[in-house]
Amino acid sequence: MRAQRHEIGAPVTVRADYPIGHIRTPVYIRGCTGTVVRYLGEFGNPETLAYCLPTEPRALYKVRFNQADVWSDYQGSLRDTVELDLYEHWLEGGSNA
Amino acid sequence: MNHDHDHDHDHDHQSDDKVHAYYQILGQALKELLIEKGVVTAAEIRSAMERRDSITPVNGAKVVARAWVDPEYRTRLLADANAAVAEFGIEMPTTHLVAVENSPEVHNVVVCTLCSCYPRDLLGLPPAWYKSKAYRSRVVHAPRAVLQEFGTDVPDSVEVRVHDSTADMRYLVIPMRPSGTENWDEDALRALVTRDTMIGVATVDALSSSKFPIPIAD
Repeated sequence: MRAQRHEIGAPVTVRADYPIGHIRTPVYIRGCTGTVVRYLGEFGNPETLAYCLPTEPRALYKVRFNQADVWSDYQGSLRDTVELDLYEHWLEGGSNA
Repeated sequence: MNHDHDHDHDHDHQSDDKVHAYYQILGQALKELLIEKGVVTAAEIRSAMERRDSITPVNGAKVVARAWVDPEYRTRLLADANAAVAEFGIEMPTTHLVAVENSPEVHNVVVCTLCSCYPRDLLGLPPAWYKSKAYRSRVVHAPRAVLQEFGTDVPDSVEVRVHDSTADMRYLVIPMRPSGTENWDEDALRALVTRDTMIGVATVDALSSSKFPIPIAD
């Protein structure tokens, strides 16, 4: 078991990448910055599992985003959030920049 | 519903239906191949479907009612939901359950925008609307409007937190226990907890179950 790369509370940015394949990172969240709220453990990478290819465990994080940061036209409270489960290779750590 | 009409309209259930038909054919072809190759038998598939169909939201309601009356159980459920539901004999060998709790500060609602991930071991099969493109695309973008359509008004002072189950976890909402039920026992509380309150599109109302009884035909 490898070390957890992102601490709870750390800001992370979802890679703005658009590869073809079985991707479990919804397009609407790519490029957005959120906060790690829970470490969920390690799971096989669905991008290779879907094709019955050899896979390696990937850390999975529950990440919280402010709705107003996700949708420029968001109609709701500024408190509102959306949380997604994202694999480590989709997350870039460290900075809000 | 009749889809044979020829006028234009702006909703997309026809394309949904086409996609469903495609996957039905694919599923049927896969099933026939698996049987032909001796991987599974038709009886095993039938039996697995029967078992799936027999699961109802009563499983989830048992878990929620226990969490309401037993603070230690609630703590265990929030920390390790798979272990907590196993106390009721509900085994989830292939899925990882996370319980999220509504409070006066947070209202949780669950969706799977990519497909229709759902805690089937606790709630049974998902309702048709949960799998619809309309719910899946709108509840992440306009959750308050969608909740209102379900008759659920969440004040602006309360955070609406949408859980998009995009990976290996499945989500169960623990609704808030309604006021006025302080003296109710676990069985009576269990009867209040419905499927929609555990998806998060509704809240539990101590009066609702008797207000609109389901009419039963003679």
